[in-house]
Amino acid sequence: MNASASAAPAIQIRDLHKSFGSNRVLTGIDFHVDHGEVVCVIGPSGSGKSTLLRCVNRLEEPDSGQIVVEGIDICDPETDLDAVRSRIGMVFQQFNLFPHMNVLRNLTVAQQKVKGRSKKEATEIARANLDKVGLGGRENVYPAHLSGGQQQRVAIARALSMDPDMMLFDEPTSALDPELVGDVLEVMKTLASEGMTMMVVTHEMGFAREVGDKLVFMDGGVIVEEGDPREVLSNPQHERTQAFLSKVL
Amino acid sequence: MALKRSTRRILSRTVLYAVLLGVLLLVGLSADWATIRANFFAPAGIGNPFVGDWGTWPDLITVGVKNSLIYTVVAFGAGLVLGVVLALMRLSPVAAYRWLATAYIEFFRGLPVLLVVLVMAFGIPIAFNGWTPPGGTVGAGVVGLILVAAAYMAETIRAGIQAVPKGQTEAARSLGMSAGRTTTTVVLPQAFRIVIPPLTNEFVLLIKDTALLFVIGFAADQRELTTIARDFMASSATAGTATSLIQASILYLIITLPLTRLVSWLERKQQKAR
Ligand SMILES: Nc1ncnc2c1ncn2[C@@H]1O[C@H](COP(=O)(O)OP(=O)(O)O)[C@@H](O)[C@H]1O
Ligand SMILES: [Mg+2]
Repeated sequence: MNASASAAPAIQIRDLHKSFGSNRVLTGIDFHVDHGEVVCVIGPSGSGKSTLLRCVNRLEEPDSGQIVVEGIDICDPETDLDAVRSRIGMVFQQFNLFPHMNVLRNLTVAQQKVKGRSKKEATEIARANLDKVGLGGRENVYPAHLSGGQQQRVAIARALSMDPDMMLFDEPTSALDPELVGDVLEVMKTLASEGMTMMVVTHEMGFAREVGDKLVFMDGGVIVEEGDPREVLSNPQHERTQAFLSKVL
Repeated sequence: MALKRSTRRILSRTVLYAVLLGVLLLVGLSADWATIRANFFAPAGIGNPFVGDWGTWPDLITVGVKNSLIYTVVAFGAGLVLGVVLALMRLSPVAAYRWLATAYIEFFRGLPVLLVVLVMAFGIPIAFNGWTPPGGTVGAGVVGLILVAAAYMAETIRAGIQAVPKGQTEAARSLGMSAGRTTTTVVLPQAFRIVIPPLTNEFVLLIKDTALLFVIGFAADQRELTTIARDFMASSATAGTATSLIQASILYLIITLPLTRLVSWLERKQQKAR
């Protein structure tokens, strides 16, 4: 819906390069994510998917190139990174909930300290988001007492509580027992259907096919192939994509 | 010849107990108990609580224990604050801070505590034109304890901070928290949980280190436990005996033993939580 409202894409990446020492991880990435679009990123382990995602909110510092998020150049030294980050939700493979805070506090702490919301308002928003991920009533539990799937849903609710413009997911179901994957994917599907802009690094090809608007295949620090997920998955054009998909499908 | 395994074990146990009993008997019978009691457990000091006779305990406790605890708490509190600052400096992206903190820590860990206490007690009034911290010379001596304790605590706290997973910082930053906010609300609270046992140990060490203040020389009401016990050997109901030293030992143990037990309990609990 937003796509027509503003012309600039939600995320625009141009000629992005990133090395760790002599390890050249990203070697010229160009792509964009439109508003309301769900982009799934796949590729072999070590191909730079996480690094790409982490460059978008500058958890990793790019070496060169341009990253523009909602019209804001995040590599500009004048940019208020904290403000930009508070508008980009991020969900990690290892959940990364704060273990010394209960579920409610996990969801309210940044609302209050970053967004300056009152405790009352933050709590209301937190409760609404907990309900949304199917964990209403778990406010007072500590993360250690939740299953992996529940922790990941709390992590999603925590990110949502900041009212982000977009969500980044880095293999959100890879650390989960198989029977817990479904609940997390369900929440992500709901988000997608509500029009959330999402960039999802995943190995869940079913999710990519069903929910994704665009599929990006990365290998060796470049985007090898991108396009409609159903097309790329059933009829990959590039040899390396074919080789990868024949292994995972 | 070939005894059963279980029989052999019982036999060797019996021998071990017999040896222990023999040594105890030998010491017990050869010691001069009357002299020991008179010199180490003089009734005038130990008293007899059953008849309302508290001996010299009240003085030892209301002056010695009280002051020892005050000096310990002050040194611990100030050392902790300075230790946190040093730990953060050691982890700073600014090289000069890292270098300064490392130099500080290596310097004070490489010196005898007694020497630092002496230098401070006599040096601070000279260096600052006769000015001394609250407590006078003793306060200056406590500064010595603080400086050394901070060096040790800094290393403990740094290890605790580094034990907090990197993902915690990343999660906080991705929510828009600043680096400082992340440190205070996410990293330090978790780091402190990790370092509570080693810091409790540091507290116990400090209790014992306050005895080093002995070398400074005190006003009567400033004396810590070891000093007052030493004084009581010269002038008190138990003068001329070592009774007050035994009493001080008992008082130290009453404070330190529960704390060391607490540390091992906390450590076991953390091990299990992992
Ligand atoms: N912080 C880091 N320091 C050094 N090397 C890193 C770091 N993060 C990632 N790498 C390296 O970058 C490459 C790509 O990693 P990553 O982006 O995590 O790949 P993927 O998510 O596709 O598995 C790997 O070779 C990895 O070892
Ligand atoms: Mg990865």
